[in-house]
Amino acid sequence: MRNITFAEATLEAMREEMARDARVFVMGEDIARQGGIFGQFKGLPDAFGLERVRDTPISETAIVGAGIGAALGGTVPVIDMHFADFIGVAMDEILNQMAKIRYMFGGQANLPLVLRAPDGVTRSGAAQHSQSLEALFMHIPGLKVVAPSNPKDAKGLLKAAIRDPNPVIYFEHKDLFRQRGEVPDGEYVTPIGEASVVQEGGRLTVVSYSRMMTQVQAVCKQLGDEIAGQVELIDLRSIVPMDTETILASVRKTHRLLIVHEAVKRGGVGAEIAAVVAERTIEYLDAPIVRIGAKPFPVPFSPALEPAVIPQEREIVEAIRGLLGARI
Amino acid sequence: MNKDTLLRWYRTMMRIRIFEETVNEKFLAGEIPGFVHLYIGEEAVATAVCSLLEESDYITSTHRGHGHTIAKGADVKRMMAELYGKRTGYCKGKGGSMHIADFGVGMLGANGVVGGGINLAAGAALASQLLGNGRIAVSFFGDGASNRGTFHEGLNLASVWRLPVVFVCENNQWSSTTPYRESTSVEDIAVRAAAYSMPGAVADGNDIFDVYEKAAQMTQRAREGGGPSLLEAKTYRIKGHFVGDPEKYRKREEVMEQLDRNDPIKRFVERVLEEGLLTSEDLTRIDHETLEEVSSAVAFAKESPFPEPTEAYEDLFVEAGAQ
Ligand SMILES: Cc1ncc(C[n+]2csc(CCOP(=O)(O)OP(=O)(O)O)c2C)c(N)n1
Repeated sequence: MRNITFAEATLEAMREEMARDARVFVMGEDIARQGGIFGQFKGLPDAFGLERVRDTPISETAIVGAGIGAALGGTVPVIDMHFADFIGVAMDEILNQMAKIRYMFGGQANLPLVLRAPDGVTRSGAAQHSQSLEALFMHIPGLKVVAPSNPKDAKGLLKAAIRDPNPVIYFEHKDLFRQRGEVPDGEYVTPIGEASVVQEGGRLTVVSYSRMMTQVQAVCKQLGDEIAGQVELIDLRSIVPMDTETILASVRKTHRLLIVHEAVKRGGVGAEIAAVVAERTIEYLDAPIVRIGAKPFPVPFSPALEPAVIPQEREIVEAIRGLLGARI
Repeated sequence: MNKDTLLRWYRTMMRIRIFEETVNEKFLAGEIPGFVHLYIGEEAVATAVCSLLEESDYITSTHRGHGHTIAKGADVKRMMAELYGKRTGYCKGKGGSMHIADFGVGMLGANGVVGGGINLAAGAALASQLLGNGRIAVSFFGDGASNRGTFHEGLNLASVWRLPVVFVCENNQWSSTTPYRESTSVEDIAVRAAAYSMPGAVADGNDIFDVYEKAAQMTQRAREGGGPSLLEAKTYRIKGHFVGDPEKYRKREEVMEQLDRNDPIKRFVERVLEEGLLTSEDLTRIDHETLEEVSSAVAFAKESPFPEPTEAYEDLFVEAGAQ
């Protein structure tokens, strides 16, 4: 085990996969000379050259479109979106090409491609640099969507995404890049589609992912062993495909469910999870499902305003306390 | 031009023409569902350009993609079956006319999004460059698509990376109901090549010899590592934008005049007969064979089974490890 940052973990994944498979290359804005905005590509050009680590023009449409074509042409592109917020510029390429090509051509082609999208709030990024957009892509059949919360999964899921013969959108939270964590030595891959039960507990299931997972863990620490010990904590990790069986099994045990994500609550991943639980196992619930997500506003700039939109630890504390005391 | 090439050109152009005439008829008879856009009158472009390509080279196409698909070497049987929505079609009934594709011959798909294929071709060319496999890519698209950002981003990207790709703009004078002159800032779309430091040329898109000659320089440049080029083939869309288009926006005489004076197949036939390059027996034989071929494609399509409803749940993802 080593203690490294999330960014370093993703870098290890890139190095290992690029060394393993000569077809893997990466392109994006300012990734070669700058090493990526978050240092997540530092040193890659020295190891693999500027052919395989490519700075692109500011042409998101062309980058994603060409990435798709390059995947069809027999390579395995990793595309850095710079900020997840810019994904809209390439939305047609994602919605109508990437997600559709395999299916609408009757399985004639595989599309091994990873779109890396740094998302979420950090350092008062404001409305156009702070979004969490995973729900948009969850809604489009044909895309896999992952969102790791720690360095270990960041590495394992990125390796899995690169090896996956299908398009994967890899959301990496900007505020997590500098987080440190234990990463196993040697080769491992974190399978896409498997949630992780981070902590077992008997009275409340909490499902979260990405940065909010770390907030939930911090809250559990604050609450102390007696309360936290009753919480079963699930890190979703993959949003599509979603490991609903793990969630359902947990809810059948704990009878209570809290879902926490940074993305807007309305129409979010939490809404999907709540609906699945309600459809499939509502009779096990002893309390209403609670969802915590951002308020339906753009993310405001001022440090005085941002916390009014983005979920805060206090909200999580109250929800956990409330649910553990609640009875229908 | 050797006789074999001329015969092949004629066969391809006729195959497209008869396929399209047949699709028109079958669509109007209610046998073919969906939206269908015909390539009639533009056959010389795909035929000439694709005759410069190897099977392993790539093309990307448009909503008006039957001609490109045929010219790249796809089988009309499986194409027709796809248009009928049958399991034996190229896309097992999941694509239809607008998503016709044959990856087996490097035809990376028609595209329901105008301008959607341009960057896919650039990307396929990038893959060829990275893999060093010598393949080139051609993107076919319309005059309307040349006003999309994908065109401008794609040409710039291809230029800065010297990608082995040829952009072929089929200027058929119309984007749906809008004349290109009303929607496009330049008289010759080819001049846009200058903005991206690549050669641009205008070809008479209804003269297969001219398209061939100009495209040959561009495919050669791509093969030699010289980078991308832009060919504008001036042509004319003889049929409506789609089958069933009431065509209120243009005069019948305009179309009749084009048919009379500028039909690419007619022009080809006149020239090869006049210059004694082919005989009318050569042509008639191909006419018969092609008619036969397309009618057996229709029979094949009709006899083929529809997919089972559960097949709608296949082909979304491929199992990991299948890469
Ligand atoms: C992005 C996009 N916008 C609009 C349409 C609707 N549409 C389909 S074909 C077409 C006209 C395209 O004109 P052009 O590119 O010149 O090709 P042509 O039909 O003449 O072959 C339009 C507007 C579309 N399919 N995609």
